[in-house]
Amino acid sequence: MLLFLAGPIAYCVWISFTDMQLTGSDRTNFVGFDNFRRAFGDEKFRNAVWLTLVFTFLSSLVGQNTLGLALAGLMRRASRPVRTVTGAVVIAAWVLPEIVAAFLLYAFFRREGTLNAVLDFLRLPDQNWLFTLPILAVSFANVWRGTAFSMLVYSAALAEIPQEINEAAEVDGARGWRRLVHVTLPLIRRSIATNLMLNTLQTLSVFGLIWAMTRGGPGDRSTTLPVFMYDQAFTKSLIGYGTAVALLLLLVGALFSAVYLRLVRDEV
Amino acid sequence: MRPTAPVLLGTLLLTAATLSACGGGSGSDPDTVRVAYNRSTDNKTRYKDRYLADMKKQFEKEHPGKKVELVPIQAPDNDYATKAQQMMRSPRTAPDLVFEDTFRINADIKAGYLRPLDEQLAQWDDWNKFADTAKAAAKAEDGKTYGVPVGTDTRALWFNKSVFKKAGLPENWKPKNWNEVLDAARTVKKKVPGVVPLNVYTGKAPGEAAVMQGFEMLLYGTGEDPLYDPGAHKWVAGGKGFEDSLDFLRTVYGEKLGPEVSDALDANVPTSVGTEWLPEGKLAIALDGSWLGQHWTKGGGREWPEWSRELGQTPMPTQHGKAPGTVSMSGGWAWSVPQKAANPELAFEFIKTMQQKKNAVRWAVADAQIAVREDVASDPAYLKSMPGIAFFTSLVEHTHYRPALPVYPQVSTAVGEAMEAVTTGDASPKEAAKEYDSRLKDIVSGAVVNR
Repeated sequence: MLLFLAGPIAYCVWISFTDMQLTGSDRTNFVGFDNFRRAFGDEKFRNAVWLTLVFTFLSSLVGQNTLGLALAGLMRRASRPVRTVTGAVVIAAWVLPEIVAAFLLYAFFRREGTLNAVLDFLRLPDQNWLFTLPILAVSFANVWRGTAFSMLVYSAALAEIPQEINEAAEVDGARGWRRLVHVTLPLIRRSIATNLMLNTLQTLSVFGLIWAMTRGGPGDRSTTLPVFMYDQAFTKSLIGYGTAVALLLLLVGALFSAVYLRLVRDEV
Repeated sequence: MRPTAPVLLGTLLLTAATLSACGGGSGSDPDTVRVAYNRSTDNKTRYKDRYLADMKKQFEKEHPGKKVELVPIQAPDNDYATKAQQMMRSPRTAPDLVFEDTFRINADIKAGYLRPLDEQLAQWDDWNKFADTAKAAAKAEDGKTYGVPVGTDTRALWFNKSVFKKAGLPENWKPKNWNEVLDAARTVKKKVPGVVPLNVYTGKAPGEAAVMQGFEMLLYGTGEDPLYDPGAHKWVAGGKGFEDSLDFLRTVYGEKLGPEVSDALDANVPTSVGTEWLPEGKLAIALDGSWLGQHWTKGGGREWPEWSRELGQTPMPTQHGKAPGTVSMSGGWAWSVPQKAANPELAFEFIKTMQQKKNAVRWAVADAQIAVREDVASDPAYLKSMPGIAFFTSLVEHTHYRPALPVYPQVSTAVGEAMEAVTTGDASPKEAAKEYDSRLKDIVSGAVVNR
């Protein structure tokens, strides 16, 4: 197992220090940290880092996480049929292959798409969403697709809160918002951290969804790091540079993980 | 979970994307030729598939015991090239024969993907029937030939005569400079609402279709050697023609003379132009290639027998009408044998089958190609295949070829980015040209000449 993992990873690390190309050159030279220096000096790379953070913040931290918690909370109180139907719908979005989901949402957002048809019906001004607000559109797509996971995690966490604690809180007069903030959230803190971490890592690596919906465009307005990496490695044939970017992406993921892990540890 | 475990898990998730490109592969069989080609992204356009299926049948009949395996790759041009290059990297996945755009051949030769064919070509009588320019298209800097070209193409302006009539424009339209092209578009916009006045391909997604059909058709009309200076062996930076060409695009998309920007930046726009916009009368003028008729002939993706009456063709003028007054660009596709092919000899046999005269004629007709073989060019079936074929063949006289150098595909990508920035309005022509200059210096390691 270790061999299977370590081999390719080591190979990728090696490539990121070379000028390997997909076409146009038969030789591969060791170039040291050139690729990394080049990345930090590249305005388009910095743009991609920024968009990746926006995408992750909107779709993972705010969208999937909050919506997942809300759905899990609501479903605990809902009647059984409502629970079954909601669960089925949300999980269906999750089970769909990424590319199918991407196509559905492309059809939803495009100029003659469902969203604009609904807006027209309501006499609201329509928009060419994929063109004017591409990062928002792909973020929404990621929320749509990934919320089910958070919902499942939080359903499990909420179900584990002992009933006595809720009752005790009620007796003490803590209701609604206050009970959520002072009782429920601290109790499920561990799940929140785990969920945030998994969400974030998954969101950081989203590629197919964005590629199929916008191809990173228009311009570079939805080019997140994975799309940028693909563009460099396979459209521009600069495999070495692309791999270096992938390694930097990995670093961002590790940073996020470290922060979340701290959250878990501080708890007790 | 131990604290390190999630980090490791995350690492895995992320590397999965990086590594997925490396897998795949199938065993090779000494009696099977694997042929990789690009299938049209339009599901109704299948003439290439039908042609190759027939070639496979004929080949298998003529070579008992041998088999042809067709490997269609359905993708826009850039993605097709990437996929083909990935396949050629490893002996386990390399096809025996691959269809290549000639502008990529030199880059792929430099990468060591292709195999010289000189020995086989020397023993093949039909090779003498190929035009010299065509032979040069697949020739590398080392003087060896790496592909058999199957046709070429030229580019010009197509226009819809009934839309022109409504707009009060002449049916024998012959613009003398860029301004007259733009003026005609403006007239259409004013007089025939609902019709897109002028399509010029642009942006990153359509790939070489945008760079060559769109940009270089403009650029090569601005002066001598505007992209590469063959005398100095250097690429041209700071070119006025470059900025002017970008400015033309800004005018087209800024004044809304072109299609919706979001449509223009779609990778499948060339298919839309051929199968929807022109046949449905939604587009007045198209700067496009000689092969458009392939969509409309019998068996094409969108049969349209009236097209020869509905559409007119006229040469693209130079910027200010400077001699020779017209401009065109030429390219073409060739069959090449990968370096790591398992059955290179058999692959060449399959090329020979495809290039038997009647098959070569059939291909030129089906793919609406300008013939590169004398015997094909004079064949009555070819000459009758498309109205306008004489017109497009006449453009060969003043046509231009792209600088056939290994870095060209990268330069082309940089041009596409400059076009996209101007089209979306993210940058002015001046800013985009400056950005291109700095990218260019990077790509060619400083081998530029300033104009």
